[in-house]
Amino acid sequence: MKRIGFLSWALWFGYAFLYVPIVLLVTYSFNESRLVTVWGGFSTKWYGELLNNEALLSATGLSLRVAAVSATFSVILGTCAGMAMSRFGRFRGRTLFGGMITAPLVMPEVITGLSLLLLFVAMEQVIGWPDGRGVTTITIAHTTFTLSYVAVVIQSRLAGMDGSLEEAAMDLGARPAKVFFVITLPIIAPALVAGWLLAFTLSLDDVVISSFVSGPGSTTLPMVIFSSVKFGISPQINALATLMILVVATGIFVASVVMARQDRQRKRDEQMAIQGG
Amino acid sequence: MRGVVSALSRLGLWGRGAVIAMPFLWLLLFFLVPFLIVFGISFSESIVAQPPYAPLVGWLTDEEAGTTKLQILLNLTNYLRLTGDDLYILAYLNSVKIALVTTLLCLAIGYPMAYAIARADPARRGPLMMLVILPFWTSFLIRIYAWIGILKSNGVISNLLEWTGITSGPVEILYSDWAVYIGMTYCYLPFMVLPLYSTLEKMDPTLLEAAADLGCRPLKAFLTVTLPLSLPGIIAGSLLVFIPAVGEFVTPELLGGPDTLMIGRVLWNEFFANRDWPVASGVAIALLLVLVVPIMIFQYVQGRETEER
Repeated sequence: MKRIGFLSWALWFGYAFLYVPIVLLVTYSFNESRLVTVWGGFSTKWYGELLNNEALLSATGLSLRVAAVSATFSVILGTCAGMAMSRFGRFRGRTLFGGMITAPLVMPEVITGLSLLLLFVAMEQVIGWPDGRGVTTITIAHTTFTLSYVAVVIQSRLAGMDGSLEEAAMDLGARPAKVFFVITLPIIAPALVAGWLLAFTLSLDDVVISSFVSGPGSTTLPMVIFSSVKFGISPQINALATLMILVVATGIFVASVVMARQDRQRKRDEQMAIQGG
Repeated sequence: MRGVVSALSRLGLWGRGAVIAMPFLWLLLFFLVPFLIVFGISFSESIVAQPPYAPLVGWLTDEEAGTTKLQILLNLTNYLRLTGDDLYILAYLNSVKIALVTTLLCLAIGYPMAYAIARADPARRGPLMMLVILPFWTSFLIRIYAWIGILKSNGVISNLLEWTGITSGPVEILYSDWAVYIGMTYCYLPFMVLPLYSTLEKMDPTLLEAAADLGCRPLKAFLTVTLPLSLPGIIAGSLLVFIPAVGEFVTPELLGGPDTLMIGRVLWNEFFANRDWPVASGVAIALLLVLVVPIMIFQYVQGRETEER
């Protein structure tokens, strides 16, 4: 009995550790006072100021564009990588390939950022492209480091999937490409969505790599937040954070409701099939 | 007919090759080649130019003899500086220390959590794990920012301590190593809980029942059965926390004091403040050397994990 007490206590402590800072952050975004730690009454004025902050709004737009494009590229490349790792058996360079997929997961961001910048500079000297640094280079950098996360998500979904469906389709004469688009892709679709969202979030969150590979005039949202946080806290950042948390929470809520509904539908279909047969 | 079949199978092989080649070439160009460039530039010399480093390879023309020679300049001064200056060595040691403490704190908080979730009612495990992962989806920067308001002088903790009378004046935890430990543990905790949970959940609970039936005390059963079986999870989680933590930049920059020396910060300052790209490259290569063994263990553990499934 005592052990169970300790465990639930540990669990509560862990959740409190994870959530109390976020709750406090949201609470103080509605604070009237400029001093973030002194409660001066309820107010939404910081949200109003946020909407008038031009630099912040344009940085948000840029970040959303970069995140959407790089997440899409990284889902395409990550799906290929996941397929290659889990369905193609042995091929030449598989060890190197596997290493290049897992290493970016743990690589410190300062190293990735510096090395990509030096690559872009060297490429510009040799082939004249990319011409300067900006949205293109940030998008390439984000695709590269989010690709690994997508590949791992896809790979684990493919490993957990029943391979006999693909084999059956192949036995019935479907060509590999057709098997992939008709059988595999619909089954791993939830993993594709999860991978895209993960890549999108990681891209939207990155400050270190972006700082290295961005140029003048291409400042992303995290870069704006980072430089303003360095000068101390402001209720405007709290308001912005609250909005970001709200968007993420809504997104995850909708995704889980949709997935739960699909799951129920699938179970119902299976039951109908059993009863019908 | 045979020709058509072989053409089709060749097309299939070609398609297979393309599926491998696209991500392979992408990673080769944007992940592997950049390291070679960093390695090269770490031997270069810093100059005032655009870009600010001297080319390694040049042509040396001898007018009298009328010959042109290939000249490769390798400059070791960057590495001599790294080993000669205490600042760099201290930064490396301190980074490893901070990453180790962070890993241990994550383990201390994360293990009981993962264990409790793995032993919970199966229907509740999913939502409980979701609650652990959820903060990971909100911005890293925002989560670090949240701690500034809590840890600063006249912040939440300081006010709480003053109000309860434990301290008589405001306390500042911000801008210290402790603030960095708290912030990093907070951000990396989900990376520890996830692999721990997946190994603990797979564990057969009847093993513990068997141990109890044979008269083993719960603590001993935990130490001799549960802990060794969860070792792969402990290793994977610790590496997922430790490796990126060594090179961490944002947390020590925002929560640490000016004397919280970490190698990520040194690299950043060499690059952005001093504009010394060759030294920054040298710092990066040395950091990679520190991390190469942990990264290889991580690769091995990760590879075995995917083979097993």
